[in-house]
Amino acid sequence: MLVTAMALFAPWLAPYHPIDHADLVHAEEPPSRIFLFGTDNQGRDILSRVIFGARISLSVGLVSQLLNSIIGILLGVTAGFLGKWWDDLVMGLTNIMLSIPSLIFALAIMAVLGPGLLNVFLALGFTNWSYSCRIARSQVLFTRSLDYITAARALGYGRARIMFTQILPNIMGPILVVATLGVAYAILIEASLSFLGLGTQPPTPSWGGMLSTAREQLFTAPWISIFPGLAIFITVLGLNLLGDGLRDILDPHTTRQRK
Amino acid sequence: MLAFALRRLLQFIPTILGISLILFLLLNVLPGNAALVAAGDQGRAIDARFIEQMKKEWGLDKPLHIRYWVYLHALARGELGLSFLRREKVSGLVADRLWPTLKLAIVAMLIALGFGIPLGFFSALRRGSWLDTFSMVGAVSGVSIPQFWLGLLLMFLLAVKIPLFPTSGYGDGAFRHLILPAVTLGVGYMALLARTTRAAVVEILTTDYIRVARAKGLSEFLVNRKHVLRNALILVSTTAGLQFGSLIGQTVIVEKLFSWPGIGSLLVDSIFQRDIPVIQGCVLCIILVFLLVNLAVDLLYAFIDPRIEYQ
Repeated sequence: MLVTAMALFAPWLAPYHPIDHADLVHAEEPPSRIFLFGTDNQGRDILSRVIFGARISLSVGLVSQLLNSIIGILLGVTAGFLGKWWDDLVMGLTNIMLSIPSLIFALAIMAVLGPGLLNVFLALGFTNWSYSCRIARSQVLFTRSLDYITAARALGYGRARIMFTQILPNIMGPILVVATLGVAYAILIEASLSFLGLGTQPPTPSWGGMLSTAREQLFTAPWISIFPGLAIFITVLGLNLLGDGLRDILDPHTTRQRK
Repeated sequence: MLAFALRRLLQFIPTILGISLILFLLLNVLPGNAALVAAGDQGRAIDARFIEQMKKEWGLDKPLHIRYWVYLHALARGELGLSFLRREKVSGLVADRLWPTLKLAIVAMLIALGFGIPLGFFSALRRGSWLDTFSMVGAVSGVSIPQFWLGLLLMFLLAVKIPLFPTSGYGDGAFRHLILPAVTLGVGYMALLARTTRAAVVEILTTDYIRVARAKGLSEFLVNRKHVLRNALILVSTTAGLQFGSLIGQTVIVEKLFSWPGIGSLLVDSIFQRDIPVIQGCVLCIILVFLLVNLAVDLLYAFIDPRIEYQ
């Protein structure tokens, strides 16, 4: 929540401009009252850059996970509902995707597309759908035989209508949990790509990119490393906790244990 | 058992084929770029004839399906093609880097298994205790922490502030150089294992066979060791195998951070140089390692779980 607010109101919150306010006189200053988090090697205010970085991280996380969810749901629901050769094909593809570590796959895509923010969206949006797909499929397989689906069939509903108006709303819970964790994961991967120099390009402030330059100044200006990393950590932690919380609420099994 | 292992190995073939096809298509849809890199100069204007000549030399003038066929042929012989830039065999380049990466991954995994499973196990046995709270807070944090940041912090604290370990480098394989990268790599995995183990043990403790074991009058120690731990390990080993992939994937970042001469840093360097055969070779090699680990996990089931029969 805090991070979302930070991303939305970045221009008003940030005390200085994240890129243009470069003041070499104040380069590599430790945190002080003027620069709360200190300044980086070009004299830019780290607090402002961290605040603006939230926009990049959140948008990458949300957009790419939205893509993943759409692909995963489409493939998963159709595979589970239609079955037969389509199911085999989709599951084959999913298993191959699962056997490629997603960071490695994203790296391969970035290698083709070249660095840049738009390419990060694509690289992350097409590599991490296998979890959503598996969950969607298994949920459909379970739901398919329930009475209300049989009733919908008896009413003469078409297959597409059953899939997307009857089944989909009823299986959104687990998919939402996977999506929340997926956003966290995408943010981590984006930061990793930017850290390697393949993601968001400077001077655009992104948390991973800031850490990548901070590495060179670890000896002289360690505070540059601390705050962007802390921002990633808190964001991802929050999303993971949200995902866990959602799972506890939605999964009747764990609720029973709590009682 | 042997037959099962062989059959699983045979199942590799379609998977590897599928992966190699996806990778090949992905990396070769831009044929012009590859020829330019092969020509060796991107900045200077190169005349078209020279590019054509390079294309021919590297076989890039042929249609995609024929190039894939050539690539597969080489792959079947264990060859991964030639590097555009260094004009060396990719298999050799990758083989040189394989051992450092494996060493890093294995040590990280041992750290993770050695700490993660006991932490999860004892947390579950003493639910609600300070140990439980502490280790679960640690586990959620460990999953969420960006590894390169953790690495930076460790580097700063244990190499710069208190110079216990070297900041980076391979150091001719010296153990001191291994510790920081391995810990950095292992923490996320350890956190994950702790959570999985705890969840598994909590579930097992409520089952009937544990109640029976207790009712038989077995001591608490024996129940925990023989019944709880063993059954939990079956569940945990599945996660451990699957998540090993992300561990292998993360080596890329840790290797880059600590200047570790493994496959990961070779991969990143090649991406910047657009040396496609090397990228292809690195990715394929990483995936192969991951698949082999999962095969090993499957076979390990036999030792942990006598109910599984291999037919």
